[in-house]
Amino acid sequence: MMKRRMYANLQRRIIFITLLVSFIPLISLGVTIYYQFAQMYRDKIEEQIKYRARAQSNAIELFLKERTAILLAMADTHTFDYLVDEGNLERVFQIMNHRAGGFIDLGLIDSSGRHVAYVGPYNLLGRDYSSQPWFDEVESKGLYISDVFMGYRRIPHFIIAVQRQENNRRWILRATIDSDVFEGLIRAAQVGKTGDAFIINKGGFYQTHLRFDGEILSKSNLDPTVFGEGTTVLEKVNREGKKELYAGSWLKKHSWLLVISQDVSEEMTRLFKTKRIEIVIIVSGCLLIILTTIFTTHLIVRRLGMADRKMNELNVQLVHADKLAALGKMAAGVAHEINNPLAVIAEKTGWMEDLLIEEEFQKSRHLEEYRKSLRKIEEHVERARKVTHGMLGFARRMEPHLEDVDINEVLHETITFLESYARLNNITIERDLKPDLPIIASDHAQLQQVFLNLITNAIDAIGKDGLVYISSQRINSEIAVSVKDNGPGIPREYQARAFEPFFTTKERGKGTGLGLSVSYNIVQNMGGTITLESEEGKGTTFTVGLPVVVPEKK
Amino acid sequence: MDTFRVLVVDDEADFLETIVNRLQKRKVEATGVPSGEAALELMKGRLFDVVLLDIKMPGGMDGIEVLREIKKMQPLTEVILLTGHASVETSIEGLKLGAFDYLIKPVKFDELLEKLAAAFEKKNAQEQKIRSAKIQELIRFPGRIFDQEREEKE
Repeated sequence: MMKRRMYANLQRRIIFITLLVSFIPLISLGVTIYYQFAQMYRDKIEEQIKYRARAQSNAIELFLKERTAILLAMADTHTFDYLVDEGNLERVFQIMNHRAGGFIDLGLIDSSGRHVAYVGPYNLLGRDYSSQPWFDEVESKGLYISDVFMGYRRIPHFIIAVQRQENNRRWILRATIDSDVFEGLIRAAQVGKTGDAFIINKGGFYQTHLRFDGEILSKSNLDPTVFGEGTTVLEKVNREGKKELYAGSWLKKHSWLLVISQDVSEEMTRLFKTKRIEIVIIVSGCLLIILTTIFTTHLIVRRLGMADRKMNELNVQLVHADKLAALGKMAAGVAHEINNPLAVIAEKTGWMEDLLIEEEFQKSRHLEEYRKSLRKIEEHVERARKVTHGMLGFARRMEPHLEDVDINEVLHETITFLESYARLNNITIERDLKPDLPIIASDHAQLQQVFLNLITNAIDAIGKDGLVYISSQRINSEIAVSVKDNGPGIPREYQARAFEPFFTTKERGKGTGLGLSVSYNIVQNMGGTITLESEEGKGTTFTVGLPVVVPEKK
Repeated sequence: MDTFRVLVVDDEADFLETIVNRLQKRKVEATGVPSGEAALELMKGRLFDVVLLDIKMPGGMDGIEVLREIKKMQPLTEVILLTGHASVETSIEGLKLGAFDYLIKPVKFDELLEKLAAAFEKKNAQEQKIRSAKIQELIRFPGRIFDQEREEKE
């Protein structure tokens, strides 16, 4: 239970660290890239709107300059007397509209402010302008472009007026600009679904119609003073709570401000789309990381648990072996302690029997009873002796044991032992044992165990119908014994693990997976080697190499 | 069977006493000593055909050491090791040092007698061989008999 909690803890910690390490860079990368991108995008939009405002204001300036220029030219090239004739004025008006266009009417005003000649759709002849504010402006500056106003005709419009000094007579030529033409010019700057372009005067009053709401000549909520020299870009939140960008560019020597507005969100749609895509990518990336992390961690921890379990099993085996060794020592000790008294009892009994032969005992009535009792004692000493000698034998098996070993003899014995088992499965055991092998100092029983294991494995690998080929030969300072079968072979990935304890390809319950590892240990302890060669479908060969250790002479 | 001289070395007094008694009853000239040191001391003055030697004797000399000494003093004397202990290695070591055989306690008396007789046979055969070799030598070089007398005097 402790282990399980430890594993759960470990798993949690690995998951936490992995997620932390992968999320922090991923998310910070995403956020950074997004904000950099957004900033760039925004800069671009501002740039664009600024450029549009500047271009448009240039166009408007040019428009006004052209209109002013032609009006000035007309005033300069004609005399009051000529223009006062409405036919002549009509012709001049025709020329102006033909060359520049955009004029609605043209009027001649004398120095007293009276409209003395007029060409246009309205009946404005004879009107007195001397009290109009623009009249004074023209009088003082010689040229005047008005703000938009209602005037006599009750329609928003603006005028251009120029003054001419002809000898000692002063007169004014005044033209009204076609608001449709003018507003058309501005409307060209209204782009997108929400973009607007308009002009406000210094006081913040609209000089042109708006695209959506807001009356001409009404007060706008923009404060013109915040717009500086050249072209200025501002961001404002409008009544609906949407962010809008405004680019303002001064016109007409700072009396008009051309404003181009743009809904930020409209321009940013693509950015928002990118943002959505990025979020989807990051979120799915995170999900993928979480799933992978949990999965791999689970796998790792499970492997760890398995390794742990195997180690525990191995430990249990070791403890078991240790226990057996300790038991062996104890058995030896106990046997020794019991054997001595047993020896004394046996000898004493024997002595008594010897004495019973003497003459004096022959007459005794109980002679036969004595004899019987003594024989019984001997019988039981014998019984105890068998037990203690068995214990000594058990103890002896625990200890390494060197003796003269004839490898071929061991092989013959082992094969004989297994032959009937092989024959039952229709397996032939062939042997090719070189007769000139030296006798070596080794452990007969342990070697037998190794060969028994290898041959049993070979038979089990074949299953039914096949051949086990056993050979022995001397190669330099080694005796090589190989056990070859024509079974199915060992898959490559299992070959490296074949000698691992508890590794078995046999069915569950059929093999302990200890046979080869124990054999390996035995051979290794003898200073030898054990190798395997296998090809799938062709069979397996195990080769045991034993060093030739010449026994000491007795 | 010819009578022969056996020395029994064992620290277990009861065992020692009884086995000596039983051997003597079978007309074997048996002597018992309780330790290796006593055995070696005794053997300085007397010849024995076979020594029955316990390997494990607490306190004093170990059976193997005693065996080594005996083989030095009287190489022809056969030694049978007797052990109550599991250590077969010790017995094997003993065999390598020239012990005749080893027996594990408790031993059957008949078996013991057979082993002793066999050891005596071997010793006898060995002595016989040496004796006949000497006789052969003396026959071939009669002058040597004087060398031998001189050796014995020294």
